[in-house]
Amino acid sequence: MTNSIITGVEAAHLKKDLTPFEVGDTVDVATRIVEGDKERIQVFSGTIIMRKGAGINETFTVRRIVNNEGVERIYPVHSPFIASITVKRSGERRRAKLFYLRDRVGKSVRLTEKRKVKKDEPAAKGEAKPELAGAAS
Amino acid sequence: MTPALLGKKVGMTRIYDPKGRIVPVTVVEAKPNVITQVKTADGKDGYHAVQLGFEECKPRASTFPMIAHAAKAGHAPLRHYAEIRLKDATDKKLGDSVGVSIFDGVKYVDVIGTSKGKGFAGVMKRHHFGGQPASHGTERKHRSPGSIASRATWRGQCGKPKKGVRMAGHMGMDQVTTRNHPLVGVDAVKNLLLIKGALPGPNGSLLFVRKSITAKVRAEE
Repeated sequence: MTNSIITGVEAAHLKKDLTPFEVGDTVDVATRIVEGDKERIQVFSGTIIMRKGAGINETFTVRRIVNNEGVERIYPVHSPFIASITVKRSGERRRAKLFYLRDRVGKSVRLTEKRKVKKDEPAAKGEAKPELAGAAS
Repeated sequence: MTPALLGKKVGMTRIYDPKGRIVPVTVVEAKPNVITQVKTADGKDGYHAVQLGFEECKPRASTFPMIAHAAKAGHAPLRHYAEIRLKDATDKKLGDSVGVSIFDGVKYVDVIGTSKGKGFAGVMKRHHFGGQPASHGTERKHRSPGSIASRATWRGQCGKPKKGVRMAGHMGMDQVTTRNHPLVGVDAVKNLLLIKGALPGPNGSLLFVRKSITAKVRAEE
């Protein structure tokens, strides 16, 4: 839908070495903060509950509980201020937006960790098998 | 020659500046313009100017006089033309092409275009009137203009509305000039200009871009 000329303009501003991450992942987001002429790095860690938009407009939302208060930060995926994104844990999830976590407190906020797939087997293949079996029965 | 070009609005997007901040930009595609006429002060025109032609078209979309006019510059028929007044004589000749690289080093530009047509619009949309109350007995006239005159508007002369009273009517599709847009980028390979901010008109509309004439002096950001 987007114009090819515009996609060409945006392409130069997209990050090429983007860490792959998904909704449900627990991540450390390191952001560059410039104060005067000094630059330092601040880390915000939490669960990704939403990823939306496409291309240069893509953003993701990280949620964590700080002092019993839910805190959410929205980052543009391709922002140069993001120094690094480190995936700590990948949670199992059945929907694209994890807004139900907002209504939860305590232990129920946690997501069950994704079962690790064998390295030589593609991830999609391993997940597709149980679904097919369910549909047949 | 004063940097100026005809181009087409492609659409808006956003990019990151060297400091990492998001800049909203409008992409303008300005394929090379052709100089179709050069006017000089000592010639019959009496002033310095160049005429730019933009966008090739089929002969059937043009007229015989205009086909011949473009042919004088050694070019196929063109769809759009614009004249740029110059202070001094230019070294550009008939048939020369002018690309986006003419904007190299230019910081601010003015853009002239035609705004989006809104059709017949009411006073709330067209002139930002407040409308009438939602309740307290108001019926079927929530968006109406209210009173436009009184019996004594002209002090007993006639009781007609004054000239220029703002009313409902056709809105948009006007020539609009927006000034002092920072020129964010020039792409000479793809013939693109990246201009900060929104520009008049729908995507695909014709725009006239020129170096800002109200030379705004701003501290370097």
